[in-house]
Amino acid sequence: MLVHTALGRAEQVARHWAASDCPVVIHVDKKVDNKTYREFQNAIRDEPLIKFSKRHFCEWGGWGITAATQAAAEELLHSFADVRHVFLASGSCLPLRPVDELKEYLDARPRTDFIESATTSDVPWTVGGLDIERFTLRFPFSWKTQRRMFDKYVAFQCKLGLKRRIPKGLVPHMGSQWWCLTRQTLSAILEDPERPKYDRYFRKVWIPDESYFQTLARQYSANIESRSLTLSKFDFQGKPHIFYDDHLQLLRRSDCFVARKIWPHADRVYETFLTDGAGAMKRAEPNPGKIDRIFAKAVERRTRGRAGLVMHSRFPNEGWENGLTCSAYSVFQGFTELFEDFEPWLAKATGTQVHGHLFSPERAEFSSSQTVINGGLSNAPELRDYNGAAFLTNLIWNTRGERQCFQFGPMDTQKICWKLSNDPNAQISVITGAWAVPLFTANQNFSDLRREAARLQKIENKFLYKLRNPYAKVRIRIWTMAEFTESPMEPLQTIIDEIGNAPQRRLSEAPKMADLTGFGQFLQNLKNQGMHPHLMGDFPIHDDPITPVKKQRKPYLVK
Amino acid sequence: MGIVKSYRLRLQRKRWRIRAIRKRRELEPIRNRTRQIKRGDIFLFSTMRNEHVRLPYFLKYYRDLGVNHFFIVDNDSTDGGLEYLSEQPDVSVWHSQNSYKRSRYGVDWLNWLQLRYAHGHWCLTVDPDEFFLFPFCDTRPIRALTDWLDASSIKSFSAMLLDMYPKGRIDAETYLPGQNPMDIACWFDSGNYTIEKNKKLGNLWIQGGPRARVFFPDTPEKAPALNKIPLVKWDRRYTYVSSTHNLLPRGLNLVYDEWGGEKASGVLLHTKFLNTFSEKAQEELERKQHYSASVEYKAYAERLAENPDLWCKWSEKYINWRQLEILGLMSKGNWA
Repeated sequence: MLVHTALGRAEQVARHWAASDCPVVIHVDKKVDNKTYREFQNAIRDEPLIKFSKRHFCEWGGWGITAATQAAAEELLHSFADVRHVFLASGSCLPLRPVDELKEYLDARPRTDFIESATTSDVPWTVGGLDIERFTLRFPFSWKTQRRMFDKYVAFQCKLGLKRRIPKGLVPHMGSQWWCLTRQTLSAILEDPERPKYDRYFRKVWIPDESYFQTLARQYSANIESRSLTLSKFDFQGKPHIFYDDHLQLLRRSDCFVARKIWPHADRVYETFLTDGAGAMKRAEPNPGKIDRIFAKAVERRTRGRAGLVMHSRFPNEGWENGLTCSAYSVFQGFTELFEDFEPWLAKATGTQVHGHLFSPERAEFSSSQTVINGGLSNAPELRDYNGAAFLTNLIWNTRGERQCFQFGPMDTQKICWKLSNDPNAQISVITGAWAVPLFTANQNFSDLRREAARLQKIENKFLYKLRNPYAKVRIRIWTMAEFTESPMEPLQTIIDEIGNAPQRRLSEAPKMADLTGFGQFLQNLKNQGMHPHLMGDFPIHDDPITPVKKQRKPYLVK
Repeated sequence: MGIVKSYRLRLQRKRWRIRAIRKRRELEPIRNRTRQIKRGDIFLFSTMRNEHVRLPYFLKYYRDLGVNHFFIVDNDSTDGGLEYLSEQPDVSVWHSQNSYKRSRYGVDWLNWLQLRYAHGHWCLTVDPDEFFLFPFCDTRPIRALTDWLDASSIKSFSAMLLDMYPKGRIDAETYLPGQNPMDIACWFDSGNYTIEKNKKLGNLWIQGGPRARVFFPDTPEKAPALNKIPLVKWDRRYTYVSSTHNLLPRGLNLVYDEWGGEKASGVLLHTKFLNTFSEKAQEELERKQHYSASVEYKAYAERLAENPDLWCKWSEKYINWRQLEILGLMSKGNWA
C-alpha cells in the first residue's frame, strides 16, 4: 500500500485488510515528516500483519513510486511466505466488496496476473501527447515544478532526433498503476539478473509506475489478464476522479473489488464499506456502467461543453464555440411584407414560436407582443443592441425545446448579420425585394419613398452578399419576389417541411398575399426616377402576372 | 502579451499592494482571534456597514459550508453589528471610520488582511448579502471543493453574481434576523446576461439580469458588473483589483474555458433586494461612497419611487444548484 497523505484513512484501510488475514506492507512517502511517520507506525504497531518498507521520495511521474513499489513488494514476499497474490493499492483506495470475496475470486484463478498492459501504439490513453516518447526520451526536469523546462527539453530532443535505446527484448507496455500479480511473476521481475539494467533504463522513463511492471510482466507471466481490479476513472488531465459521500449508492452497485480514489473526508463511504463489510455491496444489481457514464459525461462537459451556452466559465474563442447557438431556428426576410397574415399562419402551420421583427429599431417584437420573454429577456432595443449576438444566443438557449422563427429585414438593425451568416443552426429564407411592398402601399411623398427604397436595397444587397460568402455556414434559401409570387405554394411547402414539426401533409391554405395590383408600375416609377430596383426580379410593368390566389368556391351540395 | 504590458501590470499589482499596506493604519482591531487559525483552514473576508440584521444567517450559512474563520472589516456600523461580531468565537473583526470610497470600496482593507493572514489558505471574499453556491454544495462541504481545486492545480474559482428578488414590492415583507433571505427573495432572471472580455486583465465582464432589465433599459453600459472570482487560494503576492471582479496577476482571472469546454464554477446568490434595500439606497445616495458616483443607487432611487417590482412572468423560482446548472448559470465542469 502506497501512502502519502491522509494517514488516518490509510490506517483504517490497512486494518481492514489485515482483519481478513491479508498481510499488508505500507510504504509512506518520504515527504511525510519523520514525526508524523513515527506516530503512524506506533499507532499500527499492535497489528502483526502490517509492516513497513524502506521509504522513498515519491514525485508524480518520477522513479520514486516504482522504487517504493519494488521495496514494498520485496518486503512483502520476504516476510510473508505463504502469500500467493500481491495487490498494489494506495492509501486512498477502498475495498468495496468483502475481502473474502476477493480471496475467493483469486483462489479460483491462482495463476492469473491482473495487470492492465497495452502497447503504446494501440491505445490513445495518454494525456499530453507523450506515448512512445515516454520510453525514448530523457526527462531530467520535474513536470510539476519545472514545467517550462520539461516541455522545452522534450521539444529539443524531438527536434534533434535524440533517442534512447530500449533494452533488448523489451516491448514497452503501459497501463494502470494498480495491479494484482502472482508471487511467481512478481518475484521473477524482482529477482531477474537483468534487473539493474532494466532499473537503470526505467529510472529515466517518464511515469515508470505506469510502464515498469506492465512491461516486465509481459516477459514472465504465463497468464495475463489485461485489466485492473481497481476501479479508477481518469479525467481529461489524467488525474483520477475522486469519490465522495454522494457517490455511495453508485459505489455500492459498482461490482468492483477496490475503488480509487476516495476523498479522505468522505466519512459515510468509509464507514459503510469498512464496518458493514458483508452488507455493503450486493443490495442491488451491479451496475458499473453508471459510474462510467457519469465520469465520461464530466470529461465531455469539460472538453466540449454544452453547445450554444455562453456563461462565466465557458466563453469560447471565435471558431471554438462548438455550435454558436444551441438549436436550429428560422429567419424569414420579406415574408411579412409580402403576406398580410404570415406570422399567425406560420405559427399555426408549424406549431413553432413565431416572433415579429426581433431586431426592429423600435423594440424587439416578441411573439404575442410580450415585453419580456423566456429567461427575462427584455424587448428594450438598447439592451438588445448592447450585445445583439448575445441576445440571439440567449433567446435560443432560453427557449430550448421549442423552435424559434423570427422576421428580419433591411429596416432592422444589421449588426447581427455576421453572426447569422456564421451559424449553421440558422435557416434563412429570403424573398428579395419584398421590402418594396410596404413602400408601395405607404402614403408618402414619392421622393422620400425613392430615397428609402435606395437605402433598403443597398442594405439588403449587403446582407445577401454576407449570406453568400464562401465561409458562411448558414443554410439559405433565396427567391426573388417575382419568382416567389409566381408560385408561392411550392416554396412555402419546402419551408414548412423543413421545420418539420407538423405532420407531413400538403398545405391546404396559403397566407393571404398583399394586393400587388399596380406594383409593376410602382417599380417602373422608381426606375424612371433613376433608382433601379433589381432585387425583385422581373416584374412586368402593366398587367400583373400574379393572379391573386383564387378563392375556392364551395361546391354545391345537393342533399 | 508583450514584456512592456506584462511589466506594467506588475507595477500596477505592486501599487495596489503598497496601497493596501498603507491603508492598514485605517484598521483598528476590535477582536483579533487569528491565533486560533490552523494550517489549511478556509477563510472568509468581508466588509460591511449596518448589516446586523443579516449577520446571524450569514454566519450560519458559511459555517455550515465549512468556513473556519471569518475576517470582517466593519465600516462604522451604528446598528450594533460590531458588538455582535466581536462576540462570535470564530470571527476576527476590525473597525474603520475612514472612507469606504477611498479604500476603493473596501478592497484595500481586505487586500491588507489577506496579505497579512491568508497566505497559503483558500479564501472566500463575499459581501454580507452574497451566498456562495458551488456544484454539489448540498452534499459536499467547501473543503471537498478546495481539495479538488488543489488536486487540479486550480487557484481561483468563478461565481457569477445572481440577483435575487421577491415577487411584488421589495418592501412588502420584512426580513427578520436569522431568516433565510432566499425565502423572501427567491426569484431570478435565468437568461439575459451579456458577456464581454476585458482585454487588459483577461477577466470576463458580465452584465444583465433584473437590474439591467428594470433600472438600466436605456443605458445598459451602466449596468453593474456581475462577474466575480470570490474563491482564491491566496498568495501574498496577489491583489484584488476592482471589488472581487478581477485580480492580479491576471492568470487568476482565467476562470473560463476558451476552447469550447466548461470549467467548474459557482454562483453568488445576491440578496440585496429585501425590505432593507430602500433605506440603504437612500442612505448610500447621501453618503456618495459607492462606485462611479453611486450611479447605481441614483438609478434605483428614481425607480424606487414608482412601484419597484422586479418580478416578471418569466422569472425563475430558485430551487437548488442543480437547477442553476441546468439553466447554464453555473457548471460542474469535470468535477463529478
